[in-house]
Amino acid sequence: MKLAYWMYAGPAHIGTLRIASSFKNVHAIMHAPLGDDYFVRLVDMRSMLERDRNFTPVTASIVDRHVLARGSREKVVNNICRKDKEENPDLIILTPTCTSSILQEDLSNFVKRASLESTADVLLADVNHYRVNELQASDRTLEQIIAFYLDKAVKDKSIQLEKSIKPSINILGIVSLGFHNQHDLIELKRFCHDLDIEINQIIPENSSVNDLKLLPRAWFNLIPYRETGLMAARFLEKEFNMPYVDIVPIGLSNIKSCVRKIEEILKMYQLNKNYTSYLETQIRHVSQAAWFSRSIDCQNLVGKTAIVFGDATHASAMTKILHENMGIHILWSGTYCIHDAQWFQEEVKGYSDQVIITDDHQLVADLIAKTEPNAIFGTQMERHIGKRLNIPCGVISSPVHIQNFPLSYKPFVGYEGTNQIADLIYNSFTLGMEDHLLDLFGGHDTTDVITNTLSVKNELAWSSEAKQELAKIPGFIRGKVKRNTEKFARDNHYDCIDLQIMYEAKEKISR
Amino acid sequence: MTINNHNITFECETGNYHTFCPISCVAWLYQKIEDSFFLVVGTKTCGYFLQNAMGVMIFAEPRYAMAELEEGDISAQLNDYIELKNLCTRIKKDRNPSVIFWIGTCTTEIIKMDLEGIAPKLEAELSIPIIVARANGLDYAFTQGEDTVLAAMCQRCPKRSETQNINCINKSLVIFGSVPATVNTQLTLELRQYNINVSGWLPSARYTELPVIEEGCYVIGLNPFLSRTATTLMRKRKTKLIGAPFPIGPDGTRAWIEKICSVFHVKPLGLREKEAQIWQTLQNYITLIKGKSVFFMGDNLLEISLARFLIRCGMIVHEIGIPYMDKRYQGAELSLLEQTCQEMHTRIPKIIEKPDNYNQLDRIRDLQPDLVITGMAHANPLEARGINTKWSVEFTFASIHGFANARDVLELVTRPLKRNLNVEVIPSTFSKIY
Repeated sequence: MKLAYWMYAGPAHIGTLRIASSFKNVHAIMHAPLGDDYFVRLVDMRSMLERDRNFTPVTASIVDRHVLARGSREKVVNNICRKDKEENPDLIILTPTCTSSILQEDLSNFVKRASLESTADVLLADVNHYRVNELQASDRTLEQIIAFYLDKAVKDKSIQLEKSIKPSINILGIVSLGFHNQHDLIELKRFCHDLDIEINQIIPENSSVNDLKLLPRAWFNLIPYRETGLMAARFLEKEFNMPYVDIVPIGLSNIKSCVRKIEEILKMYQLNKNYTSYLETQIRHVSQAAWFSRSIDCQNLVGKTAIVFGDATHASAMTKILHENMGIHILWSGTYCIHDAQWFQEEVKGYSDQVIITDDHQLVADLIAKTEPNAIFGTQMERHIGKRLNIPCGVISSPVHIQNFPLSYKPFVGYEGTNQIADLIYNSFTLGMEDHLLDLFGGHDTTDVITNTLSVKNELAWSSEAKQELAKIPGFIRGKVKRNTEKFARDNHYDCIDLQIMYEAKEKISR
Repeated sequence: MTINNHNITFECETGNYHTFCPISCVAWLYQKIEDSFFLVVGTKTCGYFLQNAMGVMIFAEPRYAMAELEEGDISAQLNDYIELKNLCTRIKKDRNPSVIFWIGTCTTEIIKMDLEGIAPKLEAELSIPIIVARANGLDYAFTQGEDTVLAAMCQRCPKRSETQNINCINKSLVIFGSVPATVNTQLTLELRQYNINVSGWLPSARYTELPVIEEGCYVIGLNPFLSRTATTLMRKRKTKLIGAPFPIGPDGTRAWIEKICSVFHVKPLGLREKEAQIWQTLQNYITLIKGKSVFFMGDNLLEISLARFLIRCGMIVHEIGIPYMDKRYQGAELSLLEQTCQEMHTRIPKIIEKPDNYNQLDRIRDLQPDLVITGMAHANPLEARGINTKWSVEFTFASIHGFANARDVLELVTRPLKRNLNVEVIPSTFSKIY
């Protein structure tokens, strides 16, 4: 047993559900007790901002007392067949949860039986709930689905092995609830267009499982985020000999390495492309970040300290940007992706004083307090730690709140991404500066309000009980309640306000 | 108590509906009981739920934590007793609470962890009270979590205080149900007007101030989801339960007070006038909702009382979905619902226990109600289809009890309708009209 207050990555089934709900016409059925379907709410909040406003394609096959006694075979099979008829999905994924996985029912057998009766394909998500987290599970599920459909296509000979005429790629791992994924995707499309590379498939975001057989048409795969898609890319490399690029195109130097890697791959296909002039124009004319880092404003940032924490992709990219482009001193850089620790350590080597690998937010909080950086770049949790310690924070990675699914265009990848990140970094630090200056000069304008036309001469007395009650009312409406109550007391010729009068006022004043 | 509700039709569906997991009660109970600490013994799934359901609260150093079960706990390679002892020792050292609640979850049920057996031993060893409540999704829905916690607390209420004399006992009244402190004060004052003294509240603001519960004393519930607590108080503590409608809405509040008064042989002078006054102040809201229809999808057990209040306001209720229906505990409330329907000349709505959300969406499509009270999972998709919704969870977190808060209920109900008055909705933004 572990004492836990908060976690960076959710349980495994969340990862599976994120993959399932990203595909078009794929339905997930959770084998779970009542209340475990809270995931629906998370996806819904996101989807209302980004995509169509449909019901989240996740239902639960409820595990209750009867299931414990009798087993859930009939129930699961019936629920799968019912969903099959109601929604006509292409694929139904049965998703076990922590609870259901300890029941050790033969779910794979149920899946077999249900798939005989249903027109949809039926898969059992293959994840161990006590060994992998949300991110690892999403990676695994994506691989599982791709492998399933390619295997099927090979068998019925519908697979498309012939490469496209023009160079083309698959983008793997754009997932629902992913940090700025939707904006990144638009930027990636532009990126590919500029490099004159066709996009073959974007998986899983809004794609159909029936198109997965087209995957091998592409010349190579791009994995923008390490957390999801890497396993699928490795699978495709092994089975179909497809090379992949796993360099995160976030930040100028990463984009450059990414483009160079693409050049290399194209060369393997006997196509010699030189993107040097492209890189130069972009850096000069599209991205302001390079110029910005030379500008006088950025000079003030030199030697300022920061810490970085987040998932492996974003934390490593941010660390590089802060160090290389802004000249900021990084006290420590860390990730909660413990399973990818080695890669992360190599990636940030030489960019930060220390590397921290942990998923314990209290350790992170203690470290921040101890090292006292000028700014924090982290997740929502670090933002709150920053609030408590009065250190500004830019949010660069999941887990995030609804405010990190912005309506406006805010990519992290590509050249527009570099602009957004430069703003984010600069704003975090200037706010910090202002704060210091305010401290130095004793706060904002402190002149007292001289006139107060609202004040009434004959003050009403409040009983101590009533005063206490008033103090319980939330600050932002307390003033209004006080005024209303006093007005009511005056109208009714009361001299002293006690509890009784307070409530009478609340009841009788109609809005 | 005779229940005459042969006119009400009850149906039961498949139980495929969305609701919060009952461990969510931790969110409001740890705030209510100031010196408590809640330890939820469960998995990452439970932890992730709490983290997401409570949003920002999680960052305020809450007095609750997960005892996250690992593979070794599931396969019994680790000893539950030792593991729990280590965690509770740490909690005691870091936070020094007056009581630790262990919240059992689905996983502890399935692996049959003997929390009730371990608790007394550890309690003696660490000399801190440990209360076990099984608030799991296998057996309960959302607010029923509070019920399991309060039922477990009943057993800890002291028998008799030194100062209390025996004559007093038959007159004493304990109210059960967790509400914000302001509501406690409001209702206490309300009853004091009729010379009825509330001798205690379950739960109290601090664990150390739990009310004295004596054999034969009267108890009354504030919320419709407290049937286990009521049963425990009657059977284990030999108290007398006053069966009354719940004090939600002016009609409910009046009926609640009237019932208490009748038990204590007091004439509630001026009560009817007071109710009439409250209705007067609600006129603006009522004109807005009168004749409009509402559909309760059902997820928090407040549905019957809310529906009854809204029918009295002149609304038409299509369907009352509810996770679980205790016809005995809610008997008086059901009678009042029936009576209200007769007086308002409306059809008595169907009560659907363990609803099936998929079927309900079908019915909503057919009925096109003016308002659907539902969980977050359906709210936005319904809004996108041109159907007004109100998020049901807000009713559990807002103050809705007593005369003074009747307006707050209507404020919640009318908000989506008011928004429609103010916001010009562009029809073309909705792809599918439901």
